[in-house]
Amino acid sequence: MSLHITDLRVYYRTLAGDVKALDGVTFEIADGEIMGLAGESGCGKTTLGNSLVLLDGRMKHVGGTVMLDGIPLPIADFDAMRHFRYRDISIIPQYAMSALNPIRKIGKMVGELLESRGVRYGEIRPELERRLELVGLGLDVLQRYPIELSGGMKQRMVMVVSTLLDPSLLIADEITSALDVSSQKAVAQALQSFRDQKFVRSMIVVTHDVSILYQIADTLAVMYAGKLAEKAPTDVMMQRAKHPYTRMLIASLPEVGVRYAEHKLTGIAGTPPSLLNPPTGCRFRDRCPLAIEQCAEEPPFVEVEPGHSVACWRVDEVAAPKDSAA
Amino acid sequence: MRGYFGRKLLIYALTFVAAATIDWLIPRFMPGNPVQALLSRSHVTPEALPALQAYYNSLFGLDQPIFQQYLNFWSSLLHGDLGRSVYLSGSPVTQVIMGALPYTVALLIPAILLSWWAGNKFGAIAARRKWLDNAFLPVGYILTATPYMWLGIVIAWVLGTVFEVFPISGGYSYALEPSLTWTFIGSLASHWVMPFASLFLVGFGGWAIGMRNMIIYELDADYSRYLTSLGAPSSLVRRYAYRNALLPQVTGLALQLGVIVAGALVTEIVFAYPGIGKLLLAAVQNQDYFLLQGIFLFVIIGVLIANFLVDIAYVFVDPRTRVGMRGGPA
Amino acid sequence: MTVGAVVASTESVGRRREILYFALRGRKVLISSSILIFFAVIAVAGPLIRPGDPNAFIGPLAAPPDGQYWFGTTTFGQDVFAQFASGLRATFTAGLLGGSIAALIGMAVGFVAGYRGGVIDEILNMVTNIVLVIPTLALLIVVTAYLSARGIFVEALFIGLTSWPWAARAIRAQTFSLATRDFVDLARISGVRSLRVIFSEIAPNMSSYLFLTFILLFGGAILIAASLDFIGLGPTEGTSLGLMMYNAVAWSALPLGMWWWFIPPGIGITAIVGSLYVLNVGLDEIFNPRLRES
Repeated sequence: MSLHITDLRVYYRTLAGDVKALDGVTFEIADGEIMGLAGESGCGKTTLGNSLVLLDGRMKHVGGTVMLDGIPLPIADFDAMRHFRYRDISIIPQYAMSALNPIRKIGKMVGELLESRGVRYGEIRPELERRLELVGLGLDVLQRYPIELSGGMKQRMVMVVSTLLDPSLLIADEITSALDVSSQKAVAQALQSFRDQKFVRSMIVVTHDVSILYQIADTLAVMYAGKLAEKAPTDVMMQRAKHPYTRMLIASLPEVGVRYAEHKLTGIAGTPPSLLNPPTGCRFRDRCPLAIEQCAEEPPFVEVEPGHSVACWRVDEVAAPKDSAA
Repeated sequence: MRGYFGRKLLIYALTFVAAATIDWLIPRFMPGNPVQALLSRSHVTPEALPALQAYYNSLFGLDQPIFQQYLNFWSSLLHGDLGRSVYLSGSPVTQVIMGALPYTVALLIPAILLSWWAGNKFGAIAARRKWLDNAFLPVGYILTATPYMWLGIVIAWVLGTVFEVFPISGGYSYALEPSLTWTFIGSLASHWVMPFASLFLVGFGGWAIGMRNMIIYELDADYSRYLTSLGAPSSLVRRYAYRNALLPQVTGLALQLGVIVAGALVTEIVFAYPGIGKLLLAAVQNQDYFLLQGIFLFVIIGVLIANFLVDIAYVFVDPRTRVGMRGGPA
Repeated sequence: MTVGAVVASTESVGRRREILYFALRGRKVLISSSILIFFAVIAVAGPLIRPGDPNAFIGPLAAPPDGQYWFGTTTFGQDVFAQFASGLRATFTAGLLGGSIAALIGMAVGFVAGYRGGVIDEILNMVTNIVLVIPTLALLIVVTAYLSARGIFVEALFIGLTSWPWAARAIRAQTFSLATRDFVDLARISGVRSLRVIFSEIAPNMSSYLFLTFILLFGGAILIAASLDFIGLGPTEGTSLGLMMYNAVAWSALPLGMWWWFIPPGIGITAIVGSLYVLNVGLDEIFNPRLRES
């Protein structure tokens, strides 16, 4: 599978104007790659994930293209997208806990969903049961109502349902946010095994929690204020991140075993700009300790080494290792 | 599920006891004395007054201690004795009410069921088609805001007086005697149409608007979005939304029962339809307290039974109640 | 003051402006408010246009509307328009009073049940359910039938005493969800007494919801009052829209085709209650942006 996104722009219609939630994003995902998509709330990562599957009433596709396996994905065309949904591109939504119909037995709902997509429930049932066991759910869960399941169980159920038809690309949207740490690990590992067992070919894991991505993602992409700041393989990102925002993000992560006296935890002062009327030039300018005059002009997202792209004018100067806090 | 019904029955039993007690209490706490009120209307000579007073006091048991009166009240209630109607010169209240009951029930049951079912279906369709929704919405709001008796008056006037399609008063033609003939049945039917239509329309407006709102809400729910994200056809999503939206509509039915019954009562008055409503008006105008209280108790019992039936229906509609989980109205 | 608080307060100013913007432009709100104001004006201006007792016998018998008697006269020669204007006042009064009393009781029960929970909640729930099931009109009939002299206030009082349960339930549900929010917990830990928490933290955050509930109670009270009046159990003095309909039906206005006697009162009630419902929907859209169809 291959995904090529070129200058994708998706805006939200509001009565005060268009919120430029996703304002020109370009990247690629290779076959079998798990890409983590990180950033603060409102940076556009959820918009990106959702726009690939379902544009809701308020969103509009303003520009840019999405090519999935060489075919242009008609994301603005609701009916045309139906063909791709679930089979080629699927999603584990942010609201997975409430994604199951409360007054339908889970098995019945899955069956009706599958039949409506032209899949015989009886034929796929053995595979469904196999995957349920894989994520640690008993087969009796199909006879239950969602209200009888815990949050973690519902999460796993939705994971199984969303990947049942072996989609090429899976979007996992904030699937660990509502869980405790041990459940988070279990879910992250389950995701990885889905990819390893080829239930899913590639994934975009959207989250604001970078530490999860560190465990399972092959590459990391960091977004800020509707644009991509940096994209690189995970280990490269953690060791040699070049964008000031990324470096501050990683520096703000607590390290296991490190005490407060040894290493201060720093946050990033300030707040992201309004996306209704975003500032010209680099959007991180106001909070960036390295900002210079040239930053009034928007830096391009360029590849500085194989697989590693950054949007910053001062990328050549930022060569120091990870633990020197900017 | 046993717990669910157990709680419901407990509430209904308590409600009945509370209502009956209020019913019994009120004449004794209101300004004035029911016996005095009775006597003031009948023309008695001042000499006969004390004797009649004593007679009525003993008849109503007012000469006994309060607690004893309360017990007497319950014992006669449980024997089906609701006292005697003053207005109808001494006929037993129970008998009088039973005579009028079939007419009211014949109006209520079809009106409730049909308006609920048709309103729900229509509301669901309106939620889907914008043009229908825009056309219907104002009509729906007007219908549900219309007081029951006024719609009855308007229908009676338009169809009865102006166009003379249907007769505007009575349960059957005054020229006929009740008999099992087609003529009589036809007369019954033609007198039934307008009051029924009146009740049906007001209810229909309310249910349609309610359902329309509920469906819009359900279509926006997370499970609907999830299905759509996985490419499910809108027919499946709509089917789920409809089933989910039915739940509050069923609970809503239980809540509306009192209102609908009240609506039937006033509608009957408009059409001089020989049901409980007409009886009620007569009781008020003649200050026949026994009849009033009897009607009140009958209405309470009827509403409680109907509530219970709706609760049973709810168990069928919300499968979570069968699993013993906490679904269902409080 | 923290950054968060500054941002929050600027956001709330923006939100208030946003609400005002929509309130003045929302079609539903504008149309329904206009209708309500229109009838209110008639109610207030009525006695100025037609001074004197509305029940006085001053005109020709059973006359259809003309230049002098805009709504014609009744069988007894009473001015229907004068009765209508006076009746509007009675209707508004009964609705406002009854609705307010029901709102107060509903808030008292709903807040306490929702905030305190536990045994108090169970007890209040039971009481609410019992009053809920009893058919209001039946109860009111029995109660008012025993009162020899009835005034508007008594009628409104009893209406208020019987129509609060659904409001109590709704308020309770809202209070539940608010009571678990952080700022309430904060107040609670700081030792603020329950009553103050309810008044200063919870109620202000539900103010729009409370207002919408009141609007519906207002409308409901008008309908109940009209039904009571129609059975002849309304106020013994004065006139009301329901009473006009009662008289019209009682004096054979229907078969005689005296439409000017029974059509206006019904239109009045329908228009007022309908406007209240639409106002409710319109304001709901404003307070909850998600409902707006942009």
